Amino acid sequence: MKDKIFKFLLFFAACSILLLTAGVIYTLVGQALGTFQYFGFFGFITSSEWDPRAGQENYGALAFITGTVITSLLALLFCIPFSFPVALFTGEYFRGKKIASMVGSVVNLLAGIPSIVYGLWGFYTLRPLIVSLGLSDQGFGILTASLVLAIMIIPYASSLSSEFLSMVPNDLKEGAYSLGATRLEVISTVSFPVASSGILSAYILALGRALGETMAVTMLIGNTNNIPRSLTDTGNTMASIIANQFGEAGGLKLSSLIAIGLLLFLITAIINSIAKLTMKRINP
Amino acid sequence: MQKEQTMINSQAPFRGLGGRKIKNNIFFYTVCILSGITMLPLFFILYELLKKGYKQFNLSLFTEVAPTSMDAMLAKMSGSDIPGGVLNGITGGLLMIGLAILIAIPVGIFVGIYLSEHAESAFAGIVRYLTDLIQGTPSIVIGIIAYAWIVKPLHSYSALAGSVALAIMMLPLVIRSTEETLKLLPVSLKEAGLALGASYTNVIFKVMLPSAFGGLFTGILLAVSRVMGETAPLMLTALGASAINWNIHRPTSAIPLLIWEFYNDPNLIDMIWSSSLLLLLLILTLNLIAKQVANKWRIQ
Repeated sequence: MKDKIFKFLLFFAACSILLLTAGVIYTLVGQALGTFQYFGFFGFITSSEWDPRAGQENYGALAFITGTVITSLLALLFCIPFSFPVALFTGEYFRGKKIASMVGSVVNLLAGIPSIVYGLWGFYTLRPLIVSLGLSDQGFGILTASLVLAIMIIPYASSLSSEFLSMVPNDLKEGAYSLGATRLEVISTVSFPVASSGILSAYILALGRALGETMAVTMLIGNTNNIPRSLTDTGNTMASIIANQFGEAGGLKLSSLIAIGLLLFLITAIINSIAKLTMKRINP
Repeated sequence: MQKEQTMINSQAPFRGLGGRKIKNNIFFYTVCILSGITMLPLFFILYELLKKGYKQFNLSLFTEVAPTSMDAMLAKMSGSDIPGGVLNGITGGLLMIGLAILIAIPVGIFVGIYLSEHAESAFAGIVRYLTDLIQGTPSIVIGIIAYAWIVKPLHSYSALAGSVALAIMMLPLVIRSTEETLKLLPVSLKEAGLALGASYTNVIFKVMLPSAFGGLFTGILLAVSRVMGETAPLMLTALGASAINWNIHRPTSAIPLLIWEFYNDPNLIDMIWSSSLLLLLLILTLNLIAKQVANKWRIQ
């Protein structure tokens, strides 16, 4: 009898995850409905207007969607030259050695630094650097935000890639060595191709992280409601517009911000699902 | 004969030594150098926080509440250090994280047990997928959810709303670490318990969970350290308060929220470094403890 109750409790707890997810989607859709009814779903996501003045309110998400996509993709691009060597260092060259776990731990600690501290560091260290390089007047903008984002997602990309690289079977690599391949040739012809879909999924997951980052981006991107035209242009991301304007919002504006939250939720859900599917193909 | 030789040569994947060794070495050193560079930001950030924050990093940081903008301005004009600390942030953080732990850990461990006990079932697959979905959800979206569920119906920003947001963020981490740890336990352990006539409940609570303690504890520590630095969801839920508050229905502060307030107030801006240093040290310590626990209790 006790066992039955306990098993039911376990099942009930598992169901609560279903309820939680359903609740999240229901709430976001319910609260965003006002905006979608007013502007239409496609009208909302294809308009780059953001005008909160009473009487002529007009909201669209396009500027923020492009801001989010551009900063995240740039961050992904910037992070590859650093996260990939770390993955090779810890998962291939020094696999299982003490120095590998040391380097791995230090890089992974980057994931523990709070977003707001990255924001402060970017504001007081990176931004002046960008100003002194003459890239922009204030130092705010897409480039500054993406650089900090890149540092933030390095640990996510490198630790998972390293895991997949270290899972490459030894006999495959030994086969290549016995044919006279150098280490580099083993990496480029065996390790990398074998681990490639795992590494791909690691980078897709890192992209998912970058899409949702809020505080650091909010502090560095400049917070202007326009579609960014160049690397040093200022802008806003979906997360940063919510963080900036949620507190004072009500009515249609609140509904529009929640609609942006819903879009952000959908985009990250799709990106993470793609990463999951890519990973499943190697790890059935 | 000659022809055969050239054919073999052109087909062999790794021909001659030539520049291959040099290329190999160059690649290796590039990897080492780039890995070294990647470690730098952590030290840059720590250095900057230490350099700018050590002056304000004193006892009053732990024993006094955040100063008002006015007090800070007066202190600045008279040339003395800004008075006050982040006590209201520490207590608020304790309150909200404590409450989040109470919500997330029982549910998380139960779901983790369910997933490891029903590893193959389709329903468990769905639950696992949704757990990952929640883990990937941006924290600001979770903030919106807690706002809509708690703040809006109760008409007040509150510690309760903040801890619900933090609990939702902790839940997937607790679930996955419980599941992974339980899966590592040998099946014979469970079978031995059942063979001795122990009930299923007893086997789980008296055999499986104690054996998995190290993994569970590490997972919980990592979950806490992940939510400790969260700012965005708390901005939409707990809002912040200038005094110490233990009432879960009232707005409450936390260290990250205080850093955000200091950052936005020109009079208080000098306070950001010591409070960030404190926050970072707390998180890094938790991470290191988690690593130690994981090493010590590793399942053989």
